[in-house]
Amino acid sequence: MRNCSPPRLLRWLSPFALALLSGCQGGILDPKGRIAADEKSLIITATLLMLLVVVPVIVLTLVFAWKYRASNANATYTPKWAHSTKLEVVVWLIPIVIVSFLAVLTWRTTHQLDPYRPLSSDKKPVKIEVVALNWKWLFIYPELNIATVNQIAFPKDVPVDFRITSDTVMNSFFIPQLGGQIYAMAGMQTQLHLIADEAGTYKGFSANYSGAGFSGMKFDAVATSTPADFDKWVAQVRANAKPLDVDAYRRLAVPSENHAVAYYVAPTPQLFDAVVHKYMAGRTSLALSDDDIKLAALTKRLCAPAAARSVN
Amino acid sequence: MLLGKLTLDAIPYHEPIIMGALSGAGLVGLALMALITKYGKWGYLWKEWLTSVDHKKIGVMYIIVAMIMLLRGFADALMMRAQLAMATGGHLGVFPPEHYDQIFTAHGVIMIIFMAMPFMTGLMNIVLPLQIGARDVAFPFLNSLSFWLLTSAVILVNLSLGVGNFARTGWVAYPPLSELGFSPDVGVDYYTWALQISGIGTTLTAINFLVTVIKMRAPGMKLMQMPIFTWTCTWANVLIVASFPILTGALAMLSLDRYLGFHFFTSEAGGNAMMYLNLFWAWGHPEVYILVLPAFGIFSEVVSTFTGKRLFGHTSMIIASGVISVLGFMVWLHHFFTMGSGANVNAFFGIATMVISVPTGVKLFNWLFTIYRGRLRFETPIFWTLGFMVTFSIGGMTGVLMAVPGADFMLHNSLFLIAHFHNTIIGGAVFGYLAGFTFWFPKVFGFKLNERLGKAAFWFWQSGFYFAFMPLYVLGFLGMTRRLNHTDNPAWTPWLYLACVGAVLVACGIACQLLQIAVSLRDRKKALDVNGDPWNGHTLEWSTSSPPPFYNFAKLPVVHDIDAFTDMKEKGIAYQVPTSYEPIHMPRNTGVGVAIGGFTTILGFALIWHIWWLAAAGLVGIVGSMLVRAFDDNLDYYVQPDEIEAIERERFERIGIDVDAYSERVPEPKRSSDVEPATLV
Amino acid sequence: MTSLNQALGHDGHAHHDSGEQKVLGFWFYLMTDCILFATAFASYAVLYRNTAGGVSGKDIFELPYVLLETAALLLSSITYGFAMIAGHQGHKRGVLAWLAVTFLFGAAFIGMEVNEFHHLIAEGNGPNVSAFLSSFFGLVGLHGLHVTAGLLWMAVMMFEVIKTGLTGRALTRLNCLSLFWHFLDIVWICVFTVVYLKGVL
Repeated sequence: MRNCSPPRLLRWLSPFALALLSGCQGGILDPKGRIAADEKSLIITATLLMLLVVVPVIVLTLVFAWKYRASNANATYTPKWAHSTKLEVVVWLIPIVIVSFLAVLTWRTTHQLDPYRPLSSDKKPVKIEVVALNWKWLFIYPELNIATVNQIAFPKDVPVDFRITSDTVMNSFFIPQLGGQIYAMAGMQTQLHLIADEAGTYKGFSANYSGAGFSGMKFDAVATSTPADFDKWVAQVRANAKPLDVDAYRRLAVPSENHAVAYYVAPTPQLFDAVVHKYMAGRTSLALSDDDIKLAALTKRLCAPAAARSVN
Repeated sequence: MLLGKLTLDAIPYHEPIIMGALSGAGLVGLALMALITKYGKWGYLWKEWLTSVDHKKIGVMYIIVAMIMLLRGFADALMMRAQLAMATGGHLGVFPPEHYDQIFTAHGVIMIIFMAMPFMTGLMNIVLPLQIGARDVAFPFLNSLSFWLLTSAVILVNLSLGVGNFARTGWVAYPPLSELGFSPDVGVDYYTWALQISGIGTTLTAINFLVTVIKMRAPGMKLMQMPIFTWTCTWANVLIVASFPILTGALAMLSLDRYLGFHFFTSEAGGNAMMYLNLFWAWGHPEVYILVLPAFGIFSEVVSTFTGKRLFGHTSMIIASGVISVLGFMVWLHHFFTMGSGANVNAFFGIATMVISVPTGVKLFNWLFTIYRGRLRFETPIFWTLGFMVTFSIGGMTGVLMAVPGADFMLHNSLFLIAHFHNTIIGGAVFGYLAGFTFWFPKVFGFKLNERLGKAAFWFWQSGFYFAFMPLYVLGFLGMTRRLNHTDNPAWTPWLYLACVGAVLVACGIACQLLQIAVSLRDRKKALDVNGDPWNGHTLEWSTSSPPPFYNFAKLPVVHDIDAFTDMKEKGIAYQVPTSYEPIHMPRNTGVGVAIGGFTTILGFALIWHIWWLAAAGLVGIVGSMLVRAFDDNLDYYVQPDEIEAIERERFERIGIDVDAYSERVPEPKRSSDVEPATLV
Repeated sequence: MTSLNQALGHDGHAHHDSGEQKVLGFWFYLMTDCILFATAFASYAVLYRNTAGGVSGKDIFELPYVLLETAALLLSSITYGFAMIAGHQGHKRGVLAWLAVTFLFGAAFIGMEVNEFHHLIAEGNGPNVSAFLSSFFGLVGLHGLHVTAGLLWMAVMMFEVIKTGLTGRALTRLNCLSLFWHFLDIVWICVFTVVYLKGVL
């Protein structure tokens, strides 16, 4: 029995060891883009900085508890000692110093990693408009005149500019290996700027619970190794596509779970803006231009007889 | 029409798990009722407990509710862990989203609002008046009413199990998901009314205890001399008064949206769902400090008692708690950095959040320096405290990490977040309450809890916590988001198994605690707390008998020091027999609180199911009961000196002080070093 | 010990239901109410521009009408003050008379508000038209609900004074109601300024 146990233990532990070795794949500790890499190193820096005070506190807790145990009659006992200005200054100062460092770090990185900040690059960014639906993601490439569901692609080393909204409840748009998330909210438009440094297929999903089909609200983000590969993908989309007119969009917006990848061409112009506008109509009045009037007409068509929006 | 939306379909006959749980609970309930009937205890239960306005009994009832809800909430947790351990790699587990989404919503709501809050309120009820040398709270009837409002809310939440369903929105109930368009059934209404009712009870409690500490402190006790637990509760009460009305407002607006078609938070017609997020967290963030500050107070009491030392930096502890309270109010936006508020706003709220770790760090250091040069007795409460100091340091660190917006973009809504807040709420608040439970149990019941089972419970909880939540930190790093019903990532699976093991360990811890109560009750004669001071305590609650007489103190103690009772022991006046007693003014018990609670339950249920006539009846019942109370002239009475004398004589005889001889022969003053802690007796 | 007790304002015998404690408790309650109103004001501030293509404040507020309403409520505060003066002098009839006058002013205020709401809804400008109207009805309605509760309380107090006279208990309650009533007045001044004046200007 005895010599049996180490292998058994190993067998027990092996999944965790495996998970630790390979497991970072797909997680935030395995970044494949500039933003994600910066965020990972920020997490590590901040953690180390805090460990400077957390580790001593934990060690001191255990050491003091052991040293001043009641059975240890050798230890000094000062029942009335309860104040020391010197110590009080120190205990207030230590956290203040750590927090000051963290505050500077925070201020700097929050601006640097602001999701709204366009990435510096000599290449022209790919523009993608994202609409969260129940329970799938619609991606519109306004400059390429295509749209997809639950799959995006872009060349590596080319910045991607996302404009994000929701035609349902709140979701959160997240591709962990490329960078942080941002909410997708109805009637609002958020932005995210990401870039992939390596080619690969990365998992994307909604990180904010949105109802029954939430677990299946996933997509693939494919970073192609060359612009030519990306063009190939676009051609493939075009070859397998249906047109995305208002009716097709409204059919798509009907709740569905684990939606398969789908390709569309010729999305109705200004579809994304109309989706945002659908809920903006109630908000502060906008200055009306010709574009806005066209947009309003489109919005009206989107809303017409209240689209099926209830979960049931 | 007569029953509003309520039909027989609302009862989930087809759900074997629910029906099993319900019939199980029903059987336990029936058995309890049969036992009460058999022993003829209904009258006792009604007269001595349900209608009681005694803060100690109300406190005990709060803790009983908290423990029952702990079992319910923990059952939810077990189901969630089991589901996620099973539903991997193509399997869908046992709970479809329809059911699973109710479970995680109920788990959050129950654990925070119906487990942690009543546990905290219960301890505060029992201990705070005793610590400040008061005979009761400022408004004893209001105290009873608060309890019954909570109970009413608890009943509603549990009713949702068998009649209709609970919300499937997550415990935060963000619109538009919680709006009628996406949640058309009664689940969200159960949620809003239960929270609304318990919130009103909590607000009344806070007002009650604020007046109590301002107006009813023992003679001589200055504000800065109040014991640290009383102080941390006071800060929590300030936070309640300042934050709960925001929740009331936000939920009222959500209800107006759902009931009358308003557009506060809808996507349509100009509503703004993000306003709900702001309002909810303007309450929700202070709420976590409301939970944890009293726990900090408990740890402070425990550390100073079991080291046999004064608390290091009493004043700095009070100030630190105050700073935490004030800052806790200014950081709510860190719950949604990912909304896109802009870098300046995010950075401001991030830094403000980190600043809170300064006073929290000070507290940790103060506990450390209290242990320093002390005589630490390793009894169960100190285990919880040391476990807390280690565990909470980690939870605090991960919290500060998530306060960095750049890091939060990655960790937000992930299992890392889940691990973080369980780390602070279990490792901070719950460990504190359990320490306090063991610490003050002998005060309330007159005997100590079994040490061995207490320590076993601690080790199960502690190891269970690490097994359950460290994997969740890892899963967060591996990119797993919260509230998933099933997963398909093989790298996650082993960690999900491990977390499930952790939940089972915690279950063992809870079982040990239940067993501990049963065993201690059986062996109570062996662990009697004779003199009322089982741990050699510092503060006034230990100066009276265990359990204390219903009037708490025959003579109001006069306070000269922070550690008022230690001071009395040192001066040798701790067990002084008074020469005479004066009549004590006490409130009478009343069933009005029970009645209002009952009518409120009816009102809530009727509103949830749109049964308008019943709602009107409930409202009339509430107002009517209040009027009955308002015009009742028979609210109080005087306890006469001879009755007090008899009770006190019995107590002194138990300790071994000869009351009759007292007037002639004054016993030698005892030094504190002479006063053996009862544990050694 | 007795002198110490007195010096600290403690009275070992009459711990419970002393008027002073009740009034302090009531102040705390008013603070919570203040925050509830602050929440309603905040939601109005966020939503008042979101008219969803419907009416804005300028289109629906009639300042002279609201001024009249305001006058009724402000006057009721003054008359309540007279009731309290009479109360402290022990004039039961004076108290009852002034309470009745206050009640009438309060009822007039509520009547006018209900009338205003009724008109708005009848003209198709109800709370479910736009977020602006929701927050308007929410805020003004919250205040109106408070005034209504105050009126009910006042009726009960009149009954109590008739039945038991000006006991210590009745005076404490009148005192609390007085705080409540003046508080609602102050809130109304904010409502008037933030909602009506700002809406029309």
